[in-house]
Amino acid sequence: MNKPEPVQVIKQRRDAALQQLLSDVPYIQFLGVQFDRRGDELTAVLPFKEDHIGNPMLPAIHGGVTAAFLEITAIIQLSWAMIWDDMEGKTVDLPDRIQLPKTIDFTVDYLRSGLPRDAYARARVNRSGRRYASVHVEAWQDNRTKLFAQGTGHFLMPDRTKAP
Amino acid sequence: MTPENQAKMVADFIQNMPHAKALSMLVERSGAGEAVISMPYDTRLIGDPETGVIHGGAVSALMDTCCGTAVMCHPNAGVPTATLDLRIDYMRSATPGDRITATASCYHVTRNVAFVRAVATDADTDRPVATATGAFTVPQQKAVTS
Repeated sequence: MNKPEPVQVIKQRRDAALQQLLSDVPYIQFLGVQFDRRGDELTAVLPFKEDHIGNPMLPAIHGGVTAAFLEITAIIQLSWAMIWDDMEGKTVDLPDRIQLPKTIDFTVDYLRSGLPRDAYARARVNRSGRRYASVHVEAWQDNRTKLFAQGTGHFLMPDRTKAP
Repeated sequence: MTPENQAKMVADFIQNMPHAKALSMLVERSGAGEAVISMPYDTRLIGDPETGVIHGGAVSALMDTCCGTAVMCHPNAGVPTATLDLRIDYMRSATPGDRITATASCYHVTRNVAFVRAVATDADTDRPVATATGAFTVPQQKAVTS
């Protein structure tokens, strides 16, 4: 039996792969979305910025920001699940640029107004086939059980048989 | 308030929202339950670095704003409104460099809910980039009285 890999090697590999997914996408930086990783579980974090405000009177996070945050979380979670086996299998090196799934449709359910503070989201891939995937996302602020928005989207998977 | 004043007030309100400013949204037209809002191409909004196509999230923000504006300037709805649900269908990638224009209209308004449809196009106005359908809240007391 092989010796288990040193923990730093595993962490370094996974964090580098996650960073690779995120750093290429300017819009993720524009909104300031970050990802917290625990093993294979990702939590998206949206640190509050003045720029995110929709209605300044309330004030509340713009519905478009909420939608974008959910969609980013869904795409990254889906891509993360897609590359996991290659990343962990050590037989295949990840390409320099990972092709991301494309959104076919996305539906956002606004449950309460987004308060001017940090928001969190986690996505669950309900089905991921060779061509299509369906992903559900939940977002909350102070209390994990009190969602302020949830969403469902369908995605077109990149053709991974193509040589990079 | 006259419908013209109402439309002007709504346009000012929308363009002053911090996130609308961040995306440089421009209210081209609003009134009678309809709105047209456009947004310039910006490299900060890119979602696919390979092609330079802007992220669906930015299109969502434009659609949500445009639908909300249509509700706010509807004679039987008004200010404020909130999105209950919004679905976006992405028909094709927007052409990098093109301005995106969304057109929204309230197709049914009840005492409690406004149902809105929107379409977004780039320079090629015959082929939609995305469509949206949504449900929005209607203020309890009619804000618009003439």
